Amino acid sequence: MKKNKDKEGWRNLEQWHIFLAFIRVGMLGYGGGPSSIPLVQKEVVEKYKWMNDEEFANVLALGNSLPGPIATKMAGYIGYRVAGILGMFNAVLAVSVPTILIMISLLTFLSAANNQPWVNGMTQAVVPVVGVMLAVLTYEFLKKAQGGLGWLTTTILVVISLVLIKWLGIHPGIIITSLLLYALLKPTTKKEVES
Amino acid sequence: MSIYWEIFIAFFIPGIVGYGGGPASIPLVENEVVDRFGWMSVQDFSEMLAMANALPGPIATKMAGYIGFEQGGVLGSFIGVLAVVTPSLILIIALLGLLMKYKDSPKVKKMTMLIRPTIAVLLGVMAFNFFQTAYIDSGAGQMIGIAVISLILMERFRVHPAFVILGSLVYGALFLG
Repeated sequence: MKKNKDKEGWRNLEQWHIFLAFIRVGMLGYGGGPSSIPLVQKEVVEKYKWMNDEEFANVLALGNSLPGPIATKMAGYIGYRVAGILGMFNAVLAVSVPTILIMISLLTFLSAANNQPWVNGMTQAVVPVVGVMLAVLTYEFLKKAQGGLGWLTTTILVVISLVLIKWLGIHPGIIITSLLLYALLKPTTKKEVES
Repeated sequence: MSIYWEIFIAFFIPGIVGYGGGPASIPLVENEVVDRFGWMSVQDFSEMLAMANALPGPIATKMAGYIGFEQGGVLGSFIGVLAVVTPSLILIIALLGLLMKYKDSPKVKKMTMLIRPTIAVLLGVMAFNFFQTAYIDSGAGQMIGIAVISLILMERFRVHPAFVILGSLVYGALFLG
């Protein structure tokens, strides 16, 4: 009996943590979903340790290859993995509802606020901070890629991806899907299994 | 046709067509809301967008929640958010479930490894875009100053990003307004 109660308490705590993690992501993610990526990583990998960097990278890769808003895709999936369907609803609601409420109340009652210089100033000042967070994540991903693939392969893949995404305007989802298919269809040698 | 059905359609389509996260779905939402259903004028839409951009949180759900509320009250708001979130969420849960099931197979390990440089490039390009926006809006001095200070705070002193972001918001409201 007592054991059941403990289990239930633990589950409630988990839901509370999911709620806290994603409400922070939602309230601090200025500039739409993509700016919340480093925040999600901070909460999910570093703070609550629900997944490791590798799993997070998979979520991000697949999230980027699929359509739809990225923040809710990440929130929903992580919530689901940590605490089932209830966790999924919890995370999606936590990441989206508070800001929707602010938006509705602000637009309904004081629609002049977006012309206020201080609101603009806030948006301007937060942009470089998000830039730094994304740059740090970039560095960490490069370091890990180099650890697993070696310098040469990493550099080649970085250059190819950069050219395709930035200058040829190819959607990253197409590149990620092609790489995934390549890895899936290419026969694995014994040597690769060991490494 | 009921208004709730229209709200569902208006946000379901941007949700399944919008590649590249919320910001990519902005023109798709505009297409549905302004051109197809005529709920807002272009002027209304751009004012709403300006407000949405100034507030925190994912942009797609903010638009869906607000426009849904305007057209169909609380239920409309709920339907709008559901329509934009659910299709892609079901897809990602199913696909990642499959991936995690085979995560120890060498093929899946190889897959994870191969996409890392591309993810790094994606994040790097996003970082670059953010710095570019900062440079255009507030100049090189402010941009470098804020970037260096936040880098030192987060990486050297391990300050939680929440506090750094809040600090930058206060700074911006006081000095960049």
